[in-house]
Amino acid sequence: MSAAGIAVFAALAVIAVAAGIAVFVVDSMARATFALALSFVAVGGELVLLTLAYLGVVTILMMVMEMAIMVIFMVMFMMNPAGLMPMSMLHNKRGALAISVGTFALLAAGALAVPWPARHGAVPAPAQTTRAAGEAIMGGQMPVMVGISAVLFATIVSALVLAVPHGRYDHAARDARSLHDRGLHDNARHGGTHHDGTLHDGGDRR
Amino acid sequence: MMLHLFLLLAAALLAVGLFGALSQQSIVMVMMGLELMVAGVIVAAAAFWYFLAPSAPDGQVLLLVVLSAMTVEMAAGFAVVILLFRTSDADMTDMAAELRG
Repeated sequence: MSAAGIAVFAALAVIAVAAGIAVFVVDSMARATFALALSFVAVGGELVLLTLAYLGVVTILMMVMEMAIMVIFMVMFMMNPAGLMPMSMLHNKRGALAISVGTFALLAAGALAVPWPARHGAVPAPAQTTRAAGEAIMGGQMPVMVGISAVLFATIVSALVLAVPHGRYDHAARDARSLHDRGLHDNARHGGTHHDGTLHDGGDRR
Repeated sequence: MMLHLFLLLAAALLAVGLFGALSQQSIVMVMMGLELMVAGVIVAAAAFWYFLAPSAPDGQVLLLVVLSAMTVEMAAGFAVVILLFRTSDADMTDMAAELRG
């Protein structure tokens, strides 16, 4: 790798790690999301540097979109909205720090100590790497892509089943709530309606 | 030489993500930590492909698998977060203790 390549690597590496640390340091969860997006853009840049242009660009596009969606969730679950509820978002900070520093030391020692083998084969031209990947997933590695597509479809179905309000697990939510309410108001049992106004039918229609 | 630097970057990303996953109270922030850990895996896999076996495309296919694992983790994780919040108003890890033995 040329000197310019090393300089680009170093700059991107510093951005990736610094933005990654910023995710857990900044006060606002929305800012943390954008810091994570910046970190992923730097990671995608590292992939482009390794002649993996396609995978690098896919990483950047996918993660920027994902973080744009993530911001919505961040606003939904924000712990300190508009800085009105100052609080620490951490627990067991010392233990987590010790474990992660220990993990880094272990991995770094392994990375430096292991005698990695010499490069096997030549690096193809950047245009050829994408072509080779495409031919691999349409040829010898096709079972991998078939497996991934099945997993992605299963994820769509299971995410909808879990998250949709009128889905398979909705009555579990209602039962838990009504149990909770009954615990709070012991005398107001079987009032006829739920807190959300639906008729009480025991919640076990399904 | 460069392989070592890339692996150190991967280890740093994984360690930062691990710190976040262990220390954050909000479940959504825990998932951000997991994403950062997978980013470290991506860097390491790409570096291994480039510096050890660039003539075979198998390393790139592994990267595709890791990328899709990342999206699957995100989608399934958010579905579980929403379900948890609807059932027990829990948006923090300490509040979701139903399975504590």
